[in-house]
Amino acid sequence: MTRDEITTGLAEILEEVAGVTPDDVAEGKSFTDDLDVDSLSMVEVVVAAEEKFGVKIPDNEVQNLKTVGDAVSYIEAQS
Amino acid sequence: MAHTDVVVTGLGATTPLGGDVASTWDAMLNGQSGVSALTPDWAEQLPVRIAAQLAVDPAGLLDRVKLRRLDRSEAIAIIAAHQAWADAGLADSGLDPERLGVSVGSGIGGALTLLAQDDILEASGPRRVSPHTIPMLMPNGPAAWVGLELGAQAGVHCVASACATGAEAITLGMDMIRAGRADVVVAGGTEAVIHQLPIAGFSSMRAMSTRNDEPEKASRPWDKARDGFVLGEGAGTIVLERADHAAARGARVYARLAGAGITSDGYDIVQPHPEGAGAVRAIAKAIADADIDRRDIMHVNAHATSTPVGDLAEIKALRQALGDHPVLTATKSMSGHLLGAAGALESIATILAIRDGVVPPTINLDDPDDGLDLDVAANKARHLEIPAALNNSFGFGGHNVALVFTRA
Repeated sequence: MTRDEITTGLAEILEEVAGVTPDDVAEGKSFTDDLDVDSLSMVEVVVAAEEKFGVKIPDNEVQNLKTVGDAVSYIEAQS
Repeated sequence: MAHTDVVVTGLGATTPLGGDVASTWDAMLNGQSGVSALTPDWAEQLPVRIAAQLAVDPAGLLDRVKLRRLDRSEAIAIIAAHQAWADAGLADSGLDPERLGVSVGSGIGGALTLLAQDDILEASGPRRVSPHTIPMLMPNGPAAWVGLELGAQAGVHCVASACATGAEAITLGMDMIRAGRADVVVAGGTEAVIHQLPIAGFSSMRAMSTRNDEPEKASRPWDKARDGFVLGEGAGTIVLERADHAAARGARVYARLAGAGITSDGYDIVQPHPEGAGAVRAIAKAIADADIDRRDIMHVNAHATSTPVGDLAEIKALRQALGDHPVLTATKSMSGHLLGAAGALESIATILAIRDGVVPPTINLDDPDDGLDLDVAANKARHLEIPAALNNSFGFGGHNVALVFTRA
């Protein structure tokens, strides 16, 4: 799966869970500061991403995933 | 003792009879039933397959992402509160948030969320349980959400007294204003538990009507053929305001909330006292609190849920506490029983009856019970000058709440 494909998949999740406009989702964007994803929604995003990409994202990793790019890199490395 | 005058300046509701107060009131005056067949697959196995479902689903009225975080009881409380807020003209009034309170209760709470998340837990494990589960199912959730939406900072409260919840929440709102803790309180109740488990539970108590083949005729308070209540869902809120505060901003006033009386039976966890002793005391307290003559109470919106025992116990209580002059009605014959929202919706009906000088009908009262020896607006609305009116609410647990509204 390419980084673009992972980004697109995350954008779908972010739209469903938090109402984020898919066009706003890019690797440089911060989940909290740019996309306005609150902590409870982030939990939903993580669980949905695990399911969608077939990976495990432990809670102690989630705090390191500040940007969409961080998440893409983590998922890319795991899958 | 003279109290701070409290008036009603806004109304909001979403009910089985309509998506707002105007449509609900029209349907009531026209004697329409909000009861229909339950069509989900899960209803097939139940002894009760009818309910009074919302006329307008909240799904189209709130943002999709927001709805994911709201129990149905919270979503409809928000809808009703926004209606009442707009109706009161408070949106751009410059009201100090620290003088705005909320008192919104629920009889059962976020049961739909609890049950749906339990299904997810059983099927997919704990990690799949939504992080929004707790704020969605907590009983104070509806009050908290209404407070959040309106920015209320004078205190947000959740009353729970089963089917007396809505009326008790309104009483608490009145008390907050009388005690000087708030100038405006959005008060009422909400309930959304049309699901197989609550229905099975009430059915096992033999409390519900099983007239599945005639849904519109199932809720029939005081009729000889009544066989239990019909579960309804909905939310009702009213804006209570200190009278001089309302006058200073030129607000339209629907009615005064003149007094309230609350008692507990201390008799049985679910059965009403057979003579309605606790209800008699609640009504007497409400009249004393309102400091009016009981003869001024020309109309009663009764609790009357269409159960064999409860309906007649209330008649005995009304006769003893008020005499035989008021014209009664049971709007649950049309709306079904909204549990924690019932006292709020019925307060709205009582307020509008006073304003419009009309008693909404009790439908399906075709063959009055022999024990019904008071005057009921049976099957047709009745015009009547109403200087003061009473709204009764009783709940499992032996809760009795009587509210007295008077003309503005």
